[in-house]
Amino acid sequence: MAQVRVTVDGVQYVDEVEPRMLLVYYLRERLGKTGTVVGCDTSNCGACTVHLNGQSVKSCSVLAVQADGAEVTTIEGLARDGQLHPVQKAFNECHALQCGFCTPGMVMQAVDLLGDNPDPDEHEVREGIEGNLCRCTGYQNIVRAVQSAAHAMKPGVAAPVETPAPVAGS
Amino acid sequence: MTDTQLTAEPTTGEFGKSRTRKEDARLITGRTRWTDNITLPGMLHLALVRSPVAHARITGIDADEARALPGVIAVYTAADLGLAEASLPNAWPVTPDQKAPQAPPLAVDTVHFAGDAVAVVIARDTATARDATELVLVDYDDLPPVLDMEEALAEGATLLHPDLGTNASAHWVFDSGEAGTGGSAKEAIAAAENDPDAIVVRRRFRQQRLIPAFMEPRSVVVDPSGEQLTMWSATQIPHILKTMAAATTGVPEHKLRVIAPDVGGGFGGKLQVTPEEIVVLAASVKLGKPVKWTETRSESLLSAHHGRDQIQDITIAAKRDGTVLALDVDLLADMGAYLRLVTSGIPILGAFMFNSIYKFPAYRFACTNVFTSKTPTDAYRGAGRPEATFAIERIMDELAAELGREPLELREQNWIKHEEFPFTTVCGLEYDSGNYEAATAKAKELLGYDALRREQQERRASGDPVQLGIGISTFTEMCGLAPSRVLGSLAYGAGGWENASIRMLPFGKVEVVTGVSAHGQGHETAWSQIVADQLGVPFEDIEVLHGDTQISPKGMDTYGSRSLAVGGIAVVKAAEKVVAKARTIAAHMLEASEDDLEFSGGRFGVKGTGKGVTIQEVATTAWAAHDLPDGVEPSIDADATYDPDNFSFPHGTHLAAMEVDTDTGRVTIRKYVCVDDVGNALNPLIIEGQVHGGLAQGIAQALFEEANYDEQGTLVNGTFVDYTLPSASDLPSFTTDRTTTPATSNPLGVKGVGEAGTIASTPAIVNGVIDAVRHLGVNEVEMPCTPQRVWRAVQAAQGRATQETPVDTHSPGAGLGSIDPNNPQEEEVQ
Amino acid sequence: MIPAQFDYVKPGTVEEAVAALQAGGEDAKILAGGQSLIPVLRLRLAAPSVLIDLGGIPELRRIRDDGDRIAIGAMAPHHEVLRNHLVGEHLGLLAQATATVADNQVRHRGTLGGALAHADPAGDLGGVALALEAEFVIAGSGGTRTVSADEFFVDYFTTAIGEDEILTEVRFPKYTGWGSHYEKFNRTAQSWSMVAIAAAVRVEGGTIAEARVGLTNMGTTPLRARGVEEALVGQPATAEAVRTAAERVTEGTAAPSDADAAADYREHLARVLTGRAVLAAAG
Repeated sequence: MAQVRVTVDGVQYVDEVEPRMLLVYYLRERLGKTGTVVGCDTSNCGACTVHLNGQSVKSCSVLAVQADGAEVTTIEGLARDGQLHPVQKAFNECHALQCGFCTPGMVMQAVDLLGDNPDPDEHEVREGIEGNLCRCTGYQNIVRAVQSAAHAMKPGVAAPVETPAPVAGS
Repeated sequence: MTDTQLTAEPTTGEFGKSRTRKEDARLITGRTRWTDNITLPGMLHLALVRSPVAHARITGIDADEARALPGVIAVYTAADLGLAEASLPNAWPVTPDQKAPQAPPLAVDTVHFAGDAVAVVIARDTATARDATELVLVDYDDLPPVLDMEEALAEGATLLHPDLGTNASAHWVFDSGEAGTGGSAKEAIAAAENDPDAIVVRRRFRQQRLIPAFMEPRSVVVDPSGEQLTMWSATQIPHILKTMAAATTGVPEHKLRVIAPDVGGGFGGKLQVTPEEIVVLAASVKLGKPVKWTETRSESLLSAHHGRDQIQDITIAAKRDGTVLALDVDLLADMGAYLRLVTSGIPILGAFMFNSIYKFPAYRFACTNVFTSKTPTDAYRGAGRPEATFAIERIMDELAAELGREPLELREQNWIKHEEFPFTTVCGLEYDSGNYEAATAKAKELLGYDALRREQQERRASGDPVQLGIGISTFTEMCGLAPSRVLGSLAYGAGGWENASIRMLPFGKVEVVTGVSAHGQGHETAWSQIVADQLGVPFEDIEVLHGDTQISPKGMDTYGSRSLAVGGIAVVKAAEKVVAKARTIAAHMLEASEDDLEFSGGRFGVKGTGKGVTIQEVATTAWAAHDLPDGVEPSIDADATYDPDNFSFPHGTHLAAMEVDTDTGRVTIRKYVCVDDVGNALNPLIIEGQVHGGLAQGIAQALFEEANYDEQGTLVNGTFVDYTLPSASDLPSFTTDRTTTPATSNPLGVKGVGEAGTIASTPAIVNGVIDAVRHLGVNEVEMPCTPQRVWRAVQAAQGRATQETPVDTHSPGAGLGSIDPNNPQEEEVQ
Repeated sequence: MIPAQFDYVKPGTVEEAVAALQAGGEDAKILAGGQSLIPVLRLRLAAPSVLIDLGGIPELRRIRDDGDRIAIGAMAPHHEVLRNHLVGEHLGLLAQATATVADNQVRHRGTLGGALAHADPAGDLGGVALALEAEFVIAGSGGTRTVSADEFFVDYFTTAIGEDEILTEVRFPKYTGWGSHYEKFNRTAQSWSMVAIAAAVRVEGGTIAEARVGLTNMGTTPLRARGVEEALVGQPATAEAVRTAAERVTEGTAAPSDADAAADYREHLARVLTGRAVLAAAG
């Protein structure tokens, strides 16, 4: 067993874990952060994407012990004070999800992408999310959502008039 | 909280509105209920021991070491679980003499494909369960695999199921001459061969094996506590699963509750009653504890059912002027090792679609279903119809090439004109509506068809290394599965109706219960729109409930583009009943005659007066029941079961401008245009999303995906490294549009959209690739049209010999690089 | 899928890491970024007894100007290499190739040293290191030694790093003012290179004065196409001259055959792509 001390979505945790425990299982099984999901076993699908110290990573390819001392943000920690992140909002407005299984990873990767490149063109968005597989949408509306979020996140741009359905429990 | 006020204005005109989805709120915040998220007190974890070999007798199982591992609760074989005599259901005996093997949930004496489950381990946690599976030692006595369909049917072939006496499961034939719906195709083709004014074109096409590859791996949880066993499963079909699981295990049907919580995609891949569902159920009952199984991705690719896998021999006869005379279709369809739920019926779903939109006077379809020692096949998006559409659209291009005709003009010459609807086809189906001219004209304009044809000529003339092709697919499909009498005539084991009920809550909010089971389709939003219009209640005041046999006791679930065209109509019918019941009470409340009431915008008004009551007020009155007319029940709830009279027939024209780099074989989609006619559009935003996703999967068949087996019968594409789903970088943005000819077979005029993109796009892409290099002598490229295949096709057409490709050899891919998961070596990995 | 059990140590210095490696015996493995190792462990294609995580040694992440060379710590993540201004200025080819490695998330974790030590012949950085004549600094119990790129890649997944040694740094000569291009050909964005060509050229007055060409996935190790380099020098940077030189690209290669490409196709691609890479590099 090894000790891991980690801050997840703003809350600090200290746990004993087996070294072989992957970060994604630590999040899901120990912390109940089931918003982050496992879609494959070869790091292709990106469904498990979270932010580790501010950078997107595939939490299925990081050991929990490697996150010792780190700060982790999951899809569950993205909305602040009940306010959806602009990327979450844009995914709803642009119909960028169907079954929604890839969505947590896709949203987290899109947020990371926009951090690096606040105004990506279509090609840059497609490359920026190529480590995330979606089987439902054909990606077109995801690309649209990321670009729409980029626009909404520009300084001085007013919040869109149409607001998505309220999030119960937030 | 008692909220008797309306939370929003009553809505009408929801139909046609691009509502964003209600479902998204939980999905974009991670507030999801996937089956694997479920944790119950005392829950145990199950892992399966799977056969690494394709075909072998099991000579011994030694689980002592596994049982001794701390944390392991039990190791079970089929006999231990009382499943040795059980057989998974096949609901579609396509012929009276269909041969169906015993299909035990855990292999008993013999394994029939690599991935067949042999035993289960149950442990306190998943990691321990996995560890223990490696300690279960199974001795196999290898038998020869059965891999090639034609060899499997040859004299003296190894029999996968010797007790059946053959590897052929069934031979199914439709002949329009015999059916009286047209002439004899055989005779027409024989006549054409001897007629100088006619032409006969023959081609063989291969539908490669595909894997549905839904994003959420399958997962099952069973809780045996309480009076009813509760099963959560990542399934498309909770109702069918309940019925079939009861029949398979002997658990009485009223003692089983099945819940499909949030389900992460299906595409037909979760239209199944799986061995794992039955095994988890049995293990949970035996141990008296909740048990969970969640598959890994590699387990999913290996053992969840596959799709397609056909060899298609197509013969078309036509007059030299282009008028088609006959179509003859001979299929070999790979069942894999067992007949799963509808395995045997999948190719038959295509039987009535090869003739497509064309006026063939004679048609014959024959299909032989063949067993091989591979993963069983079953439904995958389109199920039978993509195969049919591919074959007819490919052969129409080949016919055009042989005749020197413009391929779109040749199609128009033969298709059903818009004024000819309703039209009874050579299969005897009645197409109710359509306008192929309108969709095609729009698609041509959006593509810039004529300009691209000119550019194509210029590139050919200049010998440009990058050649341009235009791929055409003018398709139709039958969806809205299905009229029960038709299913009966095809020997399917159930009906095709759908159920809905509407519960008017005391303060006017509405619960809509539907028997279809969404897993990404957006039913919660779309059904709310339907009900908002029908009842005049606000969209936000409607909750759609589904996917739990206790909440929604009656249903036939979601597949075959049926949800709206069948399930949505059931909602309309239920709403009509609610209004009828409410009218009686409203009349009483208003002291008016029912005949004097008009219902509009959620309000019953007395004609010619300002008097009226809302349907919500009627709901409250019915609930209080203090003052109702004599003999009227205190409820305006209603339910309805709707059985469609006919299929619906969406259609459309898809055009793909394809660029082929002849130096490398690389194929690029320059522009993809589709104009779909799905009837009246309930929610254009959702429709567009369905089309996009369908296109991606159809294009993936054309260009990217293929499941291959090596000579030992091992799946070589057993991870996402080798089974290559397209990412965002591999696909373009699509230009989508619609034309609208309402279906006349249902009150909403809707047709269905879930499979259209997948059905139409595959031949459009492949036709485009071939069109780009046809002048170099190419008339066939096998799917997927990889750069190598395209390059080799050009080389071969130019008379240059090339090497054989070892399709069973791992190519380096993400996650593993050059490390072959099927053939690992001791490598230094850092 | 969950890896088999292993022990885990996280040393704070290179010396501690070497000591841990010696103590761990032959089943010990170094964990760098883990982006190749962890998937392999998950599929249980490998089962090391102990993982030695180099993530706790900060100096291994450093990228520095070392006079006429750029020295990159073995644990520098691809993402850092990509954005580093020294790399951008002097090692355009490395930046271009690194940008094509896997995807964003993997580039955040995966490291230059990890990728090179893994020595997958289909990996994108080996051919670049060869073409750019990188030096590899390897630490062992007896101190450090330096190995040239030519000596570093030994065989399929095998390098000159000894069992008890650790790659600590990779040093690249500066290629300031060179043109470069990494031409990658893969089947889907997530697939690795069927073939890729790493080209760097120095053009003087329209003539190629110097050329470096590295090959990905054309043998059991990354390869350098010296024949092409020779043939290019002194040639005009024209399509015809470059194409002629590119004919020599298959000299000394042993192209593998797999599902995506049999050897003849791979060789054909190598010729076509070499022409494209060099022309693009000559810009």
